[in-house]
Amino acid sequence: MGNLLSLTTFIPLLGAAILAVFLRGNDKAAQKNAKWVAIATTVATFIVSLFILAGFDPANTGFQFVEERPWLLGMNYKMGVDGISVLFVMLTTFLMPLVIASCWNVTDRVKEYMIAFLLLETLMLGVFMALDMVLFYLFFEAGLIPMFLIIGIWGGANRIYASFKFFLYTFLGSVLMLVAIVAMFFQAGTTDIPTLMTFNFASEDFSVLGIHIVGGMQTMLWLAFFASFAVKMPMWPVHTWLPDAHVQAPTAGSVVLAAILLKMGGYGFLRFSLPMFPIGSEVLGPLVLWMSAIAIVYTSLVALVQEDMKKLIAYSSVAHMGYVTMGIFAVNQQGIDGAIFQMISHGFISGALFLCVGVIYDRMHTREIDAYGGLVNRMPAYALIFMFFTMANVGLPGTSGFIGEFLVLMGIFQVNTWVAAIATSGVIFSAAYALWLYRRVVMGDLIKESLKTITDMTTRERFIFVPLVVMTLLLGVYPALVLDIIGPSVSALVENYEIATAGLSAVVTH
Amino acid sequence: MISADIQTVMPEIILAVYAMLALFAAVYTTKDKMAPLLTWLTSGLFVVLAFWISGGHGTVTAFDGMYNNDGFSRFAKVLILLSTAAVLLMSEGYMQRRGLLRFEYPILVALSVVGMMVMVSAGDLMALYMGLELQSLALYVVASLRRDSLKSTEAGLKYFVLGALSSGLLLYGASLTYGFAGTTLFSGIMASTADGVSLGMLFGVVFMLAGFAFKISAAPFHMWTPDVYEGSPTPVTAFFATAPKVAAMALFARVVHDAFGGIVSEWQQIVAFLAVISMFLGAIAAIGQRDIKRLMAYSSIAHMGFALMGLAAGTVFGVQAMLIYMAIYVTMNVGTFAFILSMEKDGRPVTDIRSLKSLSKKQPLRALVLLIMMFSLAGVPPMLGFFGKFYVLRAAFDAGLGWLAIAGVVASVIGAFYYLRIVYYVYFGEDTDGLNGKMPKVLWFFAVATSAIVLLAWVPGINLFGIETAAEAAAQTLVN
Repeated sequence: MGNLLSLTTFIPLLGAAILAVFLRGNDKAAQKNAKWVAIATTVATFIVSLFILAGFDPANTGFQFVEERPWLLGMNYKMGVDGISVLFVMLTTFLMPLVIASCWNVTDRVKEYMIAFLLLETLMLGVFMALDMVLFYLFFEAGLIPMFLIIGIWGGANRIYASFKFFLYTFLGSVLMLVAIVAMFFQAGTTDIPTLMTFNFASEDFSVLGIHIVGGMQTMLWLAFFASFAVKMPMWPVHTWLPDAHVQAPTAGSVVLAAILLKMGGYGFLRFSLPMFPIGSEVLGPLVLWMSAIAIVYTSLVALVQEDMKKLIAYSSVAHMGYVTMGIFAVNQQGIDGAIFQMISHGFISGALFLCVGVIYDRMHTREIDAYGGLVNRMPAYALIFMFFTMANVGLPGTSGFIGEFLVLMGIFQVNTWVAAIATSGVIFSAAYALWLYRRVVMGDLIKESLKTITDMTTRERFIFVPLVVMTLLLGVYPALVLDIIGPSVSALVENYEIATAGLSAVVTH
Repeated sequence: MISADIQTVMPEIILAVYAMLALFAAVYTTKDKMAPLLTWLTSGLFVVLAFWISGGHGTVTAFDGMYNNDGFSRFAKVLILLSTAAVLLMSEGYMQRRGLLRFEYPILVALSVVGMMVMVSAGDLMALYMGLELQSLALYVVASLRRDSLKSTEAGLKYFVLGALSSGLLLYGASLTYGFAGTTLFSGIMASTADGVSLGMLFGVVFMLAGFAFKISAAPFHMWTPDVYEGSPTPVTAFFATAPKVAAMALFARVVHDAFGGIVSEWQQIVAFLAVISMFLGAIAAIGQRDIKRLMAYSSIAHMGFALMGLAAGTVFGVQAMLIYMAIYVTMNVGTFAFILSMEKDGRPVTDIRSLKSLSKKQPLRALVLLIMMFSLAGVPPMLGFFGKFYVLRAAFDAGLGWLAIAGVVASVIGAFYYLRIVYYVYFGEDTDGLNGKMPKVLWFFAVATSAIVLLAWVPGINLFGIETAAEAAAQTLVN
């Protein structure tokens, strides 16, 4: 199976092509067929991707399942996974069937909707597997197209504004990355990611327009990549597109956005910024730490005052991504382990939370927190599920949310205790907004007339949540499941980073 | 000797003779009734010539160096011939339905193509000007093909006056160059700059570049473009947007490398300036446009800016990148204009982009074609447009023009806005009584074929249909 990765990546595309070519009509039956084809495709992708996980050797810190074909400009079409990326691949293939299942009630242009999600899956998988920078960029950018359409066509009332903001914000970030890619191509003569990870980019200080740049070229390149990944992540202060996009996107779109697309930023930091520009990272890392700390506190406070459920969860996502960037730029085993763990677990938890909002949105067609209250009286099963994921979001021990945050805080404490102290306060804030949201929506008496006839979750909805609950609990009580896979690759990354920056630290101490 | 020279210019002679014979035939027989036949015949001849030319190899000069038949000119000619053939085939139905299809149209197009072929092969200022004027004169006439329309006449006149001005600038520059170099041969001019360049020569270069900038509609010499694009009949606009741009860009490259290749640092700044101004003007000025033809005019200005970015590099790779960019640009424009030509409501052509609203609900496949083209023009991967941008960015960066590359990508983000707005109308717009009517078969063919190319050319194994190596070979014959 030399082409396992390409196979996994392009199965969804095949499904999309089948839908586009063979499915005719827009009646009930055709819509049902479209959904079944999409489900079958995503499940098939998941099953094939299990072979990747089964054949993956965690002890090997290099890239595995590598495939290579000649491409343009002396570049290669190259795919591969290592300990850092393999779990993102799994996260994507695992979540997509649930995402598709969650849009069972969509009736507007179903075929196109399914095609958009299948395309998106192909592109997201490509991002996590690409081992050529230009190929990576191709998948990374192309993902904007289906997401732009998903928000713009199937989104809420203010969808046009949100979709344009989403597209242009991320596009601006990533074209700067494109320039950096071109610059690296020029310097290193290759776009092969494994080669570039061992390439020493020039880091002599120089001045531009009178500004002295420590770390020279590496700092500049680091900044260009940072522009792209920070927007994607999103980090404070360039996070403002996310709440808009989340609020306007349809439920399934929000789930994909929060659970998978945001992780591309974190993955980018781990794949590019740290290994390729260690000096740039060392110079600007402290800035990221402080930005993350601000993000955690600030966005948590902002989340407290939100009236819209999706917006609240979106801000909570920004805060949680703050832990991720913090863990990554702590650059030690615990920090990065924690960051990756946090990303995986946030994929399950935030995905589930958006699905929770989707469940009641489908019934009431409003996301206003004030429109709800006392749901526990009529929706006990929903109350339970929502409770579970609220707690997981807060980081209750026993859920996966706890492990990620704890590891990150442990990692950051060794680097900067002040930042660690500020970030820890974020844990309390997150409890505040999450529990308050829960109280306002679910607890209390059911007094609103409109809610008197609301029904509990259907069997389909319950089934969607089962795998998410299982994964959240499983990772919460047995984190080694993830840590064993990422551990060796992370320690190799940290080791290389320390070797590369050893000289710099000596200079700084003198 | 002379027979060898004739041999070299055989494709041009065949085309010119064909044009005259066709003219006679049409005038003395059935006149406009013959036009459809002539259109198909001309396109067919273009394709045959393109295949013939693409089979050539080596570098041959004729008429004492006035005329080159080298890899570079062959690349440009094939591009010109094929794109013109496509545009002619696309225009036939449109013009037929509106009673515009006169027999002069294919003949004038053929003559202007002869001019373009001479332009890209020119090895001498005289040959250059001859080709340029032959091309331009034919273009002025086709611009005002719709005689009874005020706008079309205005377009023709405007194009003529401004075109004449630019020819004047070019001629003035050429005469200065001739005066200071003592020769009109490119190789002679190159030799005369071997030990430094005089101020007079420098003026000559600047004036010539200004003249070329007019022809490729690079800012700040772009003023004619939106009006001419808007006023001309749509098939003519499609023609303007493709082959003449390739020819003028190729001529630009030919002159700066063959004649002024020794003084790259002198013109590099100018070209870089033209590039950056064009990219930003094209991106910003299009935002206010509601007419899709005007919008495409600004879009082409921006794209010329990107192509110039490749040229500004002043290297082999720069020329290669420019050629690839032009090939990609032409492909995208053929596809986009195939769509624009099909835009009609109750049988009347419309160009307002608001008429595109909710097209995706009525005709999803047609909407998809436009979606692919718009994202490609915006330079979003995996569409072909992205690869064009990638090549020129790389060329600019390699030549130490990092600032130009950064300016280019920023402009492309601004430009993305108006392409996205078209997608927004097509996909997100509310229901209105927008376009109706079906897309004719020929247009379908071109729209689908170019979309497939734009979407799939990057796939490993297809690798842009090997255009990369062809362009590299072409660039190497030019820059040495």
